[in-house]
Amino acid sequence: MYFSDETLKASRRLSENWQAEVGEALKTAPDRKSRFSTVSDLDIQRLYTPEDMKTTEFARDIGAPGEFPYLRGNQATGYRGRLWTFRMFSGMGTAQDTNTRWHMLLRQGQTGLSTAFDFPTLMGYDSDSPRALGEVGKCGVAIDTLEDFLALVDGIPLDQVTTSMTINPPATVLWAMYCAAADVKGVPLEKIGGTIQNDMLKEFIAQKTFMCPPEPSVKLISDTVEFGAKYVPRWNPISISGYHIREAGATAVQELAFTLRDGIEYVEDVLRRKRLDVDDFAPRLSFFFNAHIDFFEEIAKMRAARRMWAKIMRDRFGAKNPRSLWLRFHTQTAGCSLTAQQPYNNVVRTAVEALAAVLGGTQSLHTNSLDEVLCLPSDHAVEVALRTQQILAEETGVANTIDPLAGSYFVETLTNEIEAQAWDYIEKIDAMGGMVAAIEKGFPQLEIADAAYKFQRQIDAAEKVMVGVNKYVTDHQQILPLVEIDESVGEEQIRRLKDIRRRRDNRAVAQSLADIRAACRNGNNVMPFCIAAVKNLATEQEICDVYRDVYGEYRDPGLF
Amino acid sequence: MSERKIRVMVAKPGLDGHDRGARVLARCFRDAGFEVIYTGCHQTPEQVAAAAIQEDVDLVGLSCLSGAHRVLFPRVVELLREKNASDIIVIGGGIIPEQDFQMLYDAGIQAIFTPGASLDSIVDWIRANVPPRA
Repeated sequence: MYFSDETLKASRRLSENWQAEVGEALKTAPDRKSRFSTVSDLDIQRLYTPEDMKTTEFARDIGAPGEFPYLRGNQATGYRGRLWTFRMFSGMGTAQDTNTRWHMLLRQGQTGLSTAFDFPTLMGYDSDSPRALGEVGKCGVAIDTLEDFLALVDGIPLDQVTTSMTINPPATVLWAMYCAAADVKGVPLEKIGGTIQNDMLKEFIAQKTFMCPPEPSVKLISDTVEFGAKYVPRWNPISISGYHIREAGATAVQELAFTLRDGIEYVEDVLRRKRLDVDDFAPRLSFFFNAHIDFFEEIAKMRAARRMWAKIMRDRFGAKNPRSLWLRFHTQTAGCSLTAQQPYNNVVRTAVEALAAVLGGTQSLHTNSLDEVLCLPSDHAVEVALRTQQILAEETGVANTIDPLAGSYFVETLTNEIEAQAWDYIEKIDAMGGMVAAIEKGFPQLEIADAAYKFQRQIDAAEKVMVGVNKYVTDHQQILPLVEIDESVGEEQIRRLKDIRRRRDNRAVAQSLADIRAACRNGNNVMPFCIAAVKNLATEQEICDVYRDVYGEYRDPGLF
Repeated sequence: MSERKIRVMVAKPGLDGHDRGARVLARCFRDAGFEVIYTGCHQTPEQVAAAAIQEDVDLVGLSCLSGAHRVLFPRVVELLREKNASDIIVIGGGIIPEQDFQMLYDAGIQAIFTPGASLDSIVDWIRANVPPRA
């Protein structure tokens, strides 16, 4: 038991007195509102006391950093040994444009890279596809072939800097380009480090960047997990992501539950398909969470996530290696919490969210720029966002001690509550036959749609407040300079792509595409064949078209 | 005599998957008593126009958050005109900078709603601007 009987007894007696005082006070001064709740609509009590933690067992439920259940962090030394990685997500225009931004960020003290691709690249289309109309280079960098990729990583020491790539359906292709680029630059595969997002289940659930149906999509992911376990030991072949689930309107509990259940699905698929022991690959599974605006809810969610994953890996999968039990995660502050109105306020929101991520124990962090709600971030706005992290790390003292909110009646109770509700969802999805089955039923999609709609109604009714949107609204506008990507970027990219198609060895390309097709048909690992194909300058779409052809295309069922 | 319900199509042209706003609106329109068709993500302008005509809608609401609205929104209006369906009202929403508004109005987009627009204000606009049909 966390508290002695004596403490609990005293707490009960003091609470009764306090309740009586509250009763008196309310007679003359009522509360500001009838209900206090988190942004996810969890009810919050007026006060938390030892009684709220009476079922908590210290060693079992809280413990020490670096030890099961890892509530207080994976590392025994916390941020004293190593700070989180400052990793700003960036990409725009051509590969050269993005390379220039990357070098700027590294000069400013950024410690890891993170790539934003444009929509055609994200969806597996070349820049000259009719589907790419109007989108080339707009929301990220356009990559069609290995030549673009080499321009992207020009001057970047691939054996020293880790790079994260937000890429999902074509993850095998972009990772193959990274591996091929390392080879061209003479860096062995065992020296490169980084992450591919490569989490398709959350695409069907929330982000909607999909290509093939769920089942073959998960097969391709298992290929990357196997390839990484065998040849690229410092790479995270998947970043199991709650971020997009949350942005789509999920609650904190839904974000946590669906993400961990996705993780379970991936582990099961690898164990079923590949000859690997869980401890061969589990240490390289990584996660990605949202840091939304409700401070304590987010901290509780991240702490609960670590404890839950440790239990899942130990009890459900029998993992033995402590690293298999670690939930390592990247965090991004919540894009959906930012407002186009009074955009400078976004700096404050992002700072608070970043602080929550740090107190939640993140391994890596992207802080949104104040203008990201309107356009791609400007150099200046990105610098302010990066400096926000550096101020938290270097000035505020929050990284001086490990998990400073542990033992808070409120934070521990909220952590327990979020965990309990998340287990309920996981059990429900287990009963449906797993996440792929749940997605086919539309279950997570509609749960999120319900939450998003409820939140919007609460905003419209001013039951929840967004400053500058439904309260403290002003007429005068804060004008920001907007970054725009010129249409000429797309024209230039298409010209370059056509040139490559003309001068490459088209017979070699055709052969390597045939090899990928055979691997898909035979259930072999596609990764070695993808690396060969991109070295022959096969385009991203050419490879993805093989996948579409063999596995079929998934269409958005349009649930609402 | 009861009036025919207003028929609305919510559409996501282009490759962007940011459909939270589109789906919240689809649900809101349904609650407001409209008949709602939602296309889902990743529609080409051709698919949007064809579906609007086939479904005989009064209004199409286009949603785009990727910056491709300048190309995709006008293209939908153009296709509807080519198919003699210019009576279908087209409105748009998403991340749309104010400097693009005039260009979209000129192209035939009749209203633009950006983040912060309340659901009710959009419903009210539709009720005020879609002429009743028997």
